[in-house]
Amino acid sequence: MKKFLNIFVISFALVFSTSTFANKIGVIYDSGGKFDKSFNELAYNTAVRVQDELGWDMIEFEAANNTQIEQGMRKVADRGATLVVAMGFAQADAVAAIAPQYPDVNFVAVDVCWVDDPAGNIYQACYLEHEGSFLVGVIAAMASKTGTIGFVGGMDIPLIRKFQGGYEQGALYANPDIKILANMTGTTPEAWNNPTKGAELTKAQIDGGADVVYQAAGGTGIGVLQAAADAGIYGIGVDTNQNWMHPGSMLTSMLKRLDLTIFEQAEKTAAGTFEPGINILGLAQGMVGYATADGQVTPEMAAAADAAAAGIVDGSITVADWSQE
Amino acid sequence: MDSLADIASLLNSTFRISTPLVFAAMAGLFAERSGVIDFGLEGKMLAAAFVAAVGAYFFGSPWIGLLLAILACVSLSMLHGFASVTHKGDQVVSCVAINILMIGLTTALAAAWFGQAGLTPTLTSEQRFLEITLPFADALQNVPIIGLVYSDIISGHYIFVYIAYLSVPIVFWIVFKTSFGLRLRAVGENPSAVDTAGINVFSMRYKALMVNGVLIAFAGAHLSTAVNANFFREMSAGRGYLALAALIFGKWHPKTALIACLLFGFTDALQIRLQGVELPMIGTIPVQLIQAIPYILTVVLLAGFVGKAIAPNAIGQPYIKER
Repeated sequence: MKKFLNIFVISFALVFSTSTFANKIGVIYDSGGKFDKSFNELAYNTAVRVQDELGWDMIEFEAANNTQIEQGMRKVADRGATLVVAMGFAQADAVAAIAPQYPDVNFVAVDVCWVDDPAGNIYQACYLEHEGSFLVGVIAAMASKTGTIGFVGGMDIPLIRKFQGGYEQGALYANPDIKILANMTGTTPEAWNNPTKGAELTKAQIDGGADVVYQAAGGTGIGVLQAAADAGIYGIGVDTNQNWMHPGSMLTSMLKRLDLTIFEQAEKTAAGTFEPGINILGLAQGMVGYATADGQVTPEMAAAADAAAAGIVDGSITVADWSQE
Repeated sequence: MDSLADIASLLNSTFRISTPLVFAAMAGLFAERSGVIDFGLEGKMLAAAFVAAVGAYFFGSPWIGLLLAILACVSLSMLHGFASVTHKGDQVVSCVAINILMIGLTTALAAAWFGQAGLTPTLTSEQRFLEITLPFADALQNVPIIGLVYSDIISGHYIFVYIAYLSVPIVFWIVFKTSFGLRLRAVGENPSAVDTAGINVFSMRYKALMVNGVLIAFAGAHLSTAVNANFFREMSAGRGYLALAALIFGKWHPKTALIACLLFGFTDALQIRLQGVELPMIGTIPVQLIQAIPYILTVVLLAGFVGKAIAPNAIGQPYIKER
C-alpha cells in the first residue's frame, strides 16, 4: 500500500512539475478581440514568442465586456500566472484593484500609466503614439497626389485623439496645404468592432478626395483597409505591421512596440530584475515608429520621416499631445 | 459642381447603408404580417454573413456562399416556426434564443475552422461580389445631369443594392395584389376566420417564414461578401433590430418601411459627413452630438409625425385550432 502511494505521489509530482514550476504569462485582451490583426493580436504573438523562446506557459482571457475584466484578471492570477499582461486603458481599474492582492505576481499594464502601485508590482507603459503618428503623417502627405488624406479612429477617446493629432501635425509639417478628413467610428466600445461602418467612413473620405487613409480603430480598421484596397488607394496600418494584409496598397504602418515591452518584462521577470514603475515610451526609446517591410515607402519618404524622427528626439520638433487637451 | 459631387456621395452612401436594413425589413414584414414576431432578424443576418463568407471561401464563388446563406437562414426560420408556430412557444423567446445562439455559434465555428475567434479568412476579389458598373456608365460620365445621376449615383453599386430596392415593389405586389398576400395578411389579422375559410394557418405562416429566411440571407451576404471581405464576430451590429424598428416605424407597409430604412441610412451617411465640418453660424459640432442625430431624429419622428403604428392584430399569438 505504501509503495503504491509512493508511486502515486511521484507520478503526480511528475505530471504537475512542468506546469507548476514553469513561468506563466497571462494575457487579458481588450475589447477589440484577440485576433484584431492589430493591438491584441500583437500581444498574443508576443506571448507565443515568450512561450517558444523562454519556455513559459500561456494563460489567456478574453472579456466579453468590460465588467468581466476584473474577474478574469483574478482568475488568471489564481491560475498561477507569473506575469499578467493587461491590454488597454479600460483595464486600469482592474489592475489597480488586483495587483496589490497578488504581490508575488508581476503586472504589465499597456496604455495605463496613472494607477497607484502600493505593492510595487506593476510595470505601466504608455506610448507616445502621437510621435509615431507624426511620422506616418509625414509619409502620408508625401504619398498623396490629391492633397487630401484621411484618418479613421475607433472609439472617440483621448487616446485615439492622440493618434489623430500626431498624424495631422505630421502631414501639415510635410505639406502645409494638405487637407485632412478625420472621422471617429463611434462613442461606445462597439466602435472597435464595426468594420462595415469603417468601410463606409473610408468610402466617404475617398469621395471627399482622400487617397491615403490611416486607421486607429482596432477591428474596425480591417474594414477601413479593405475599403482602401478596393478603391485602389493607400491604407496605413496601426500598432503592428499590417502591410501584409493588402500587398501593394498598404503604404506603411505606425508601430507601437508593445511586443518589445512585454517580451522584455517577461525576460526580466524570469531573471528577477523586474522593475515596477511608470514608463512613457516614445521615439527616443525606439518604442514607436513606422514599418517599411511590405509597404510602399520610397527612400525619399523614409528620409523625410527619419529626419522628422531625429527632430522629435532632439527636441527641434515638438508634437502636441491631443489627448491632453 | 463640388457640392453636386457631395450630394452624389451622400446618396450613394445612403443607398449602401440602407441596403441590409431594406432586406431585413422586408423579411420581417413577411413574418410579422403572418402574425409571427421576428426579433431574430439580427441572429439570422449574422448567420447569413458567416455562412456566406465561409461558403465563398471554401467554394471560391460568392454565389455558392449566398445559396448556402439562404439555406442556413431558411433553416433558422423553420426552427423559429417549429418552436413558435407548431409548438406554440413564446415567439420572442424563440427569437432571442436564435440571436444568442448565432452570436456564440459563429464565433465558435470560426475559431474551430480557422483558428481565429470570430474572424474568417479574407476573400479574394473572385470570391466576393464587387461593385457593378452599369452599361454605358462610362460613356455617359461627362453628360451633364444624366451623367451625374446615372454614372455616379445609379451605377457602381454592389449587386445587393439593386436587388434590395427592386425587392420593395415586388414585396408590395405580392403582399397587396396577390391572393397569397391576401391570405398572408388575413392570417396575421384573424387566423380563425382564415381557418374557417379552409386555409391552413400553419402552412401560411411557414411559407411566410421561408420567404423571410431568403430575404434576410441577402442582408447577411451583403455585409460579409460585398461590403467587407470577411466575417467578423457580431458584424450585424444591431442592424436587425434597426430594421425591425423601421418596419414598425413604417407601419408594416413596404413603402413606408423603405422610407424609414432610407431615413436611417441617410442620417447615418449625413453624420459621417458632418463630423469635424464647420457649419456656418454654429461652428464645429461635437462628434457625440452628431452621432446621436439618427437616434434623436427617430424619436422625434416617431413621437411627432408617424402617429400610431398599429400592428397586425394576431401578432405574437400562436394559433390554437379549436376542436
